[in-house]
Amino acid sequence: MKKQFWRWPEYRRTVPDKDWTRAEVVTAGVDVGAVSSKAAIMIDGELYAYSIMRTGASSPDSANKAMDWALEGTGMKLGHIQYIVGTGYGRVNVPFANKAITEITCHARGANYIWGPTVRTILDMGGQDCKAIRCDEKGKVTNFLMNDKCAAGTGRGIEVIADLLSVPIEEVGSMSLVVEKEPKPVSSTCVVFAKSEALELLRKGWPKEMVLAAYCSAMASRIAELLRRVGMERDFVITGGISKNVGIVKRLEDIISIKALPMKKEFDPIIAGAIGAGLFAKEFYEKERKDA
Amino acid sequence: MGSKNVKVLIFKDGQILTRGLAPSGFDQKAAAEKVFNGVLRKAGLSRGDIDHVVVTGAGKDLAPYANSEVSVVGADALGGNFLYPSARTVIDVGAETSRAARCNEKGKMIDFVINEKCAAGSGTFIEAMARALEVRLEEIGPLSLKAEKIISMNAQCTIFAESEVVSLIHEKTSKADIARAIHDSIANRIASLTRRLGIQRDVALMGGVAKNVGFVNSLQRTLEIELLVPEEPEFVGALGAALTPLKSGGNEK
Repeated sequence: MKKQFWRWPEYRRTVPDKDWTRAEVVTAGVDVGAVSSKAAIMIDGELYAYSIMRTGASSPDSANKAMDWALEGTGMKLGHIQYIVGTGYGRVNVPFANKAITEITCHARGANYIWGPTVRTILDMGGQDCKAIRCDEKGKVTNFLMNDKCAAGTGRGIEVIADLLSVPIEEVGSMSLVVEKEPKPVSSTCVVFAKSEALELLRKGWPKEMVLAAYCSAMASRIAELLRRVGMERDFVITGGISKNVGIVKRLEDIISIKALPMKKEFDPIIAGAIGAGLFAKEFYEKERKDA
Repeated sequence: MGSKNVKVLIFKDGQILTRGLAPSGFDQKAAAEKVFNGVLRKAGLSRGDIDHVVVTGAGKDLAPYANSEVSVVGADALGGNFLYPSARTVIDVGAETSRAARCNEKGKMIDFVINEKCAAGSGTFIEAMARALEVRLEEIGPLSLKAEKIISMNAQCTIFAESEVVSLIHEKTSKADIARAIHDSIANRIASLTRRLGIQRDVALMGGVAKNVGFVNSLQRTLEIELLVPEEPEFVGALGAALTPLKSGGNEK
């Protein structure tokens, strides 16, 4: 079988030194994205365990798998979770969720949790869309813009190029920075045409690093345009899978002359949406309990 | 000189003498040279016998022997008018671009719109979808005519549409129904491009994608107009180019 260069590592994690059996409120957020599915388990509003895996052909299956994996090894069962919110592209297909909330709302809330109340602009660069979100000090969305119509500027676009150049997707960003001089960005917007353009550059003898640099740079300008249109305000953070692509992040920061807040070691920026959903779950649970 | 194929046509005494086509490949200049020589040989002519060479779709740098050049939309209008004097709108769907032009009764181009930024409105889209559907490109058009159900695709983007086709196959949707949805999708893109220009009858359709019966059917349905489609639609641009010196006394730039 051909090596699948677009494949990124799936993993799960339990936050050390936390005992869920003593928690008062156990909630979860499940973010079924177009490309990856994430489940975050929260105890008393704090992240306890999470999983990140590839979304399969069926959203309910993907939600189940992500949830099961997040629970793995914790001794916790699905029944222990008091309230679950589904989010993301497949949010209405999370079989065990009590409620569904859009990923834009959840990402803003999750970013507020991860980086704190100073966050005002969130860029969520996902597998099949890209969103620029503005929020207030509570993580409430005030405005947003998104591209979900076109693969240019999304993770899917990077997957295509990674596959074309036989470069593992996690290395695309770092490799693209190993160039002496920044090449001209790829001129095609469309990923299909950009792929032909990249082939043409390779044929001209460009090293892979240069082709990747040209591609990442084109993507960064496209994303910068989205941010410019929504209006930038500090602090600025990046969530979603592409936040790990240093080649795009670095070029984007250069274009907009604003640095994103550094990633927090204990929070993978991919799970911001799932965390936000888990926090909303806690609110809903407490409200229902009060009303009851 | 198209992004996929290079077409050469020799026009003599008011009619098409001969024509030829070859893939553009990586060296379009060499491909054009080769087709040109091949067509000359077929016609029993030499370079010296040709009074005027017009290039379209690329600059003279790729066809240094050309005496003049003409825009693709200008060529479409002239070629379309020659074949169908009643045509006032010409739509050309090629491998990587799609365009529509309005022209007058003399085949003079008046206005045009073009999409060359996005693969979703071009032949590349159908090629990618045929690959995803695992049918040959020549088969996807006829296949779509056998559709029984009308389904529509959500994705516009070629990359996203590929995944959508794969999931439709997983859901056991018939390939014919998917094929029709694919052609309806590109027909929608072309229709909205053309509407931006304003549609004036008659409407002629050309470019390589016009050979696809499924696409022609979808576009006719979408526009609710009977389209004029020549037998060899991919040569209309070359025909129009060949006609320019006759129309403009060779001054066309």
